Amino acid sequence: MKIAFTTKGTEWDSMMDPRFGRTEFFLIYDEEHDELKPHDNRSSSNDAHGAGPKTAQVLFGLDSKVLITGNGPGGNAASVLKKARIDIYVGAGDMTVRQAWEAYKEGKLKKF
Amino acid sequence: MKIAIASGKGGTGKTTLSVNLSAYLAEKEEVVLSDLDVEEPNSGLFINAMAVHEEEKYKMVPVWKEDQCTLCGICQEVCNFHAVIQLGEMIMVFPELCHGCYACSELCPTDALPMVPKKMGMLKHLRNDKLSFIESRLDIGEEQAVPLIKQSHEYVDEHFPDDIIRIYDSPPGTSCPVIEVTKDVDFVILVTEPTPFGLHDLKLAVETMKELKKPFGVVVNRHGIGNDEVLHYCEDEDIPVLAKIPNDRKIAVLYSEGKLIYNEVPEVKQELDKIIAYLRKLKQGGVQ
Repeated sequence: MKIAFTTKGTEWDSMMDPRFGRTEFFLIYDEEHDELKPHDNRSSSNDAHGAGPKTAQVLFGLDSKVLITGNGPGGNAASVLKKARIDIYVGAGDMTVRQAWEAYKEGKLKKF
Repeated sequence: MKIAIASGKGGTGKTTLSVNLSAYLAEKEEVVLSDLDVEEPNSGLFINAMAVHEEEKYKMVPVWKEDQCTLCGICQEVCNFHAVIQLGEMIMVFPELCHGCYACSELCPTDALPMVPKKMGMLKHLRNDKLSFIESRLDIGEEQAVPLIKQSHEYVDEHFPDDIIRIYDSPPGTSCPVIEVTKDVDFVILVTEPTPFGLHDLKLAVETMKELKKPFGVVVNRHGIGNDEVLHYCEDEDIPVLAKIPNDRKIAVLYSEGKLIYNEVPEVKQELDKIIAYLRKLKQGGVQ
């Protein structure tokens, strides 16, 4: 399974980005192959409107089934993620990616 | 003559000036006041008037016809606001994000995104003797102020002759709703307070008006607080300061009771007279 993190960098020790729609990066962790791949989402800062649903669409294209983030998506993005059947876990905004991953595995993150 | 009352910073006294200036002018002549701060209109709190008419306002948004769609993706490519999103074999439409430009609908090769009306707010028309008051109010949850402001302009243009004074109470800031309110007016009054925050946002508003090539002047409200930086700035930039409304507790008390102030505080009436004199001169072409 692929798991997506909203992040400010591209490493396991990077900080999470608490935002969803305007997150700087996604880090996609492929559990099966133990691979971590970044996706640059910084162009979202150019979007005056609709960054949330747009970013949700991008995430759909990245084919991950779980999203780990901070504050949680807004209403429009949440409806796209729901249709895309992506499970969302929130509350990892102040963690590093590694800490967020461990918190998720230990069931410490809240399901959105 | 069309006059917009705008500001950079919020809470500087746009509504106070709008309602008092309008009511004062309406003692002698026909005036239309339009509250175009459609996200939170509050001029109506200070106007006692009888309802003349009210109507629901609609904007046009696309709906997806699944059976006609070929999933070509043109609709989401042409939408600048991500209001139309293709997700696998599905098109999702977000009406709150839609600016009603028709691009997705018109460019769809199979007519799978027809436009339908969606209610966005209400327009009310009230009257008290020579003062006509138009208030537009956006529904809760609606994100786009511009379509309602545009329709409110159309209502005023259709229902009132060109030669009477029209005053438009603008939202704060410098973004699209402010542009929509001010772009066709003859003059813009920028209300500011004499504080660093007031000056900072005044500069943004001034830049916006210069970009729009609008003639404008400044009214300093709560004159006496803060510092002289706003006045120095206006002097350096050759911006006319039309009036300085004093900082007076009595004004705040009257405001909090939903009352007009110009008849209660003589200094306010004097300052309004200065603004009116400036506008009259402007109308006669006496101001360069």
